[in-house]
Amino acid sequence: MVAEVKEKQSIVEISGYKQYFNEGKRNEVRAVNDVSFNIYKGETFGLVGESGSGKSTTGRALIKLGDITGGQILYKGQDITKIKGRRNLLDFRKSMQMIFQDPYASLNPRITVKDIIGGALKVHGLYKNSSERNERVYELLEQVGLSKEFANRYPKEFSGGQCQRVGIARALAVEPDFIIADEAISALDVSIQAQVVNLLKELKKENNLTYLFIAHDLSMVKYISDRIGVMNSGRILEIAEADELYQAPLHPYTESLLSAIPTPDPESERNRIRTEYDPKYHQYEDLTKVGLHEIAPEHYIYCHQDEVEVYRKKREKLLREGQKYA
Amino acid sequence: MAQNVGRNSKSESLFHLADTAERANFPGSSAEQVVTNGDSYVKTIAKRFFKNKVAVVSLGIFITMILIAVFANQLAPHARDASVGRFQAAPYDNFFLGTDDIGRDTLTRLIHGTQVSMIVGICSVAIYVVIGTSLGLVSGYFGGFIDATIMRVTEAFMSFPFFLVILTLVSLLGSGIWVVTIVLGVLSWPPLCRLVRGQVLTLKEQDFVLAAEATGYSTFGIMFVHILPNVISPILVNATFGIATAILTEASLSFLGVGVQPPRPSWGNILSQAQSIRVLTSEPWRWVPAGILIFVAVLAINFIGEGLREAIEGENKG
Repeated sequence: MVAEVKEKQSIVEISGYKQYFNEGKRNEVRAVNDVSFNIYKGETFGLVGESGSGKSTTGRALIKLGDITGGQILYKGQDITKIKGRRNLLDFRKSMQMIFQDPYASLNPRITVKDIIGGALKVHGLYKNSSERNERVYELLEQVGLSKEFANRYPKEFSGGQCQRVGIARALAVEPDFIIADEAISALDVSIQAQVVNLLKELKKENNLTYLFIAHDLSMVKYISDRIGVMNSGRILEIAEADELYQAPLHPYTESLLSAIPTPDPESERNRIRTEYDPKYHQYEDLTKVGLHEIAPEHYIYCHQDEVEVYRKKREKLLREGQKYA
Repeated sequence: MAQNVGRNSKSESLFHLADTAERANFPGSSAEQVVTNGDSYVKTIAKRFFKNKVAVVSLGIFITMILIAVFANQLAPHARDASVGRFQAAPYDNFFLGTDDIGRDTLTRLIHGTQVSMIVGICSVAIYVVIGTSLGLVSGYFGGFIDATIMRVTEAFMSFPFFLVILTLVSLLGSGIWVVTIVLGVLSWPPLCRLVRGQVLTLKEQDFVLAAEATGYSTFGIMFVHILPNVISPILVNATFGIATAILTEASLSFLGVGVQPPRPSWGNILSQAQSIRVLTSEPWRWVPAGILIFVAVLAINFIGEGLREAIEGENKG
């Protein structure tokens, strides 16, 4: 998968991104603490972590739903906090879209599917007359695997999987380059998750898309992602290419997450031991030499400078031993 | 993993495949149950409303009253303000409800009074719905300083002694049907504003509003295309009750002599004839019909509002 991307050109560069809520007040929440990563054009970047780790917050900041507290987010080389004016904002929105977690809540219950998808077209002035609009809506529905009879229906008449397809059609309507899938499959049944993930992969190929795929289900993330970032309590702890991450998970938190993936083998399930992780592990007192350090090419760990060698040795040992996590 | 779930490029066949796969795998799962009737929101509510017999009869009465108001000139048997019959006469010949102290036909005046009540009721509600909804939307959506300001203004308006303000304004602006309508409209918006604001506060946190923002809708677009359709039903219920209240208030004002001024008749100023003991005790035809009309109109409108509320709440539950 990774080999497809020959010339690596960053479409998104996030550096030192911070997000504090109720800043300066007694109930201040530091949702994201210093997150840095980049996403290459044409890849799928998976962002995993437990609930409350700040992964959705990062996604929302990236698509400019709210102001960021600190750091810099570049999209196609442009600082997104400096996008001003309706025209520029519309250009940005046309280029980046989002698929939401809850398929029902993300569709307006009082509007037909035709108006939901057509609304995106209308906002960006992508049609001249209503017949052209309808054509385009039917085309989009077809692209996500829904028949055009669905156009005049309301979201409540659909199943979760179908709703999520409508959400995907809405995102695709403006022909974006970059799509954030914020837990787009978490609310769906497993078999439908597979369908939606396959659909996303298919659409990526057809439309030359780049994805930021936010999830907590590691098996699905591995299936769709080229590179994966692991987040915990507002920090990125490990970034690696998907295969590498599963063969040589270096950070104890990644190990813990991987150890929690269920396997379809009752024997191994019975004997499986879940590795516990204590978040104190990455709370360093002195932060001077702490940061994302490169252990191997494209493999970064959040650690102290002194720990780099330890991790390098651990990686070699794991690679020698062969695949541990399927 | 799930590579076996293929995606066919032919959409028709794909859809059926996907759909049957979803159902086949989860036959009993509630998440995958699909409501099969293709009715729109309005249609489902209308269906439920029309099952409520009291509400339907009330709606019939209300529509009849509106028609009477519209065609008052054609329906009235006599001239409105002219002295056409005997003085203070009980019903006789074609004066079905008798005459008042200067020989005007009571029925004619009641028919024209319906016009007054309907104009005041519907127009003042139209005015306050526009004000209340806009302010409520703005207040709830923007929050912060704007919200605080609008809410303080709302509280100030709500703490006015309503009747006193109307009495003052009417004495300043002169009385008349349009003054009463506008004053009622401009003073009655605060409860609706609060209602809309409350709804918007919960709606704006929902994903579809975020989705609309991410899609590229302007703030105005989000408020009117995405949030407003979701608050229409409570507004409608509130407006219905508002019509009843406005009719009652107009009648009270006219009864006190500060509303619609004679010779123009209104239910309220017809009723005010009952201020005289003689009329009250021995000439019931001059005031009982007006009282009954006010009672029936207010009751019917309240039943319509109740029916609407039940239809909408039932919809939200289901």
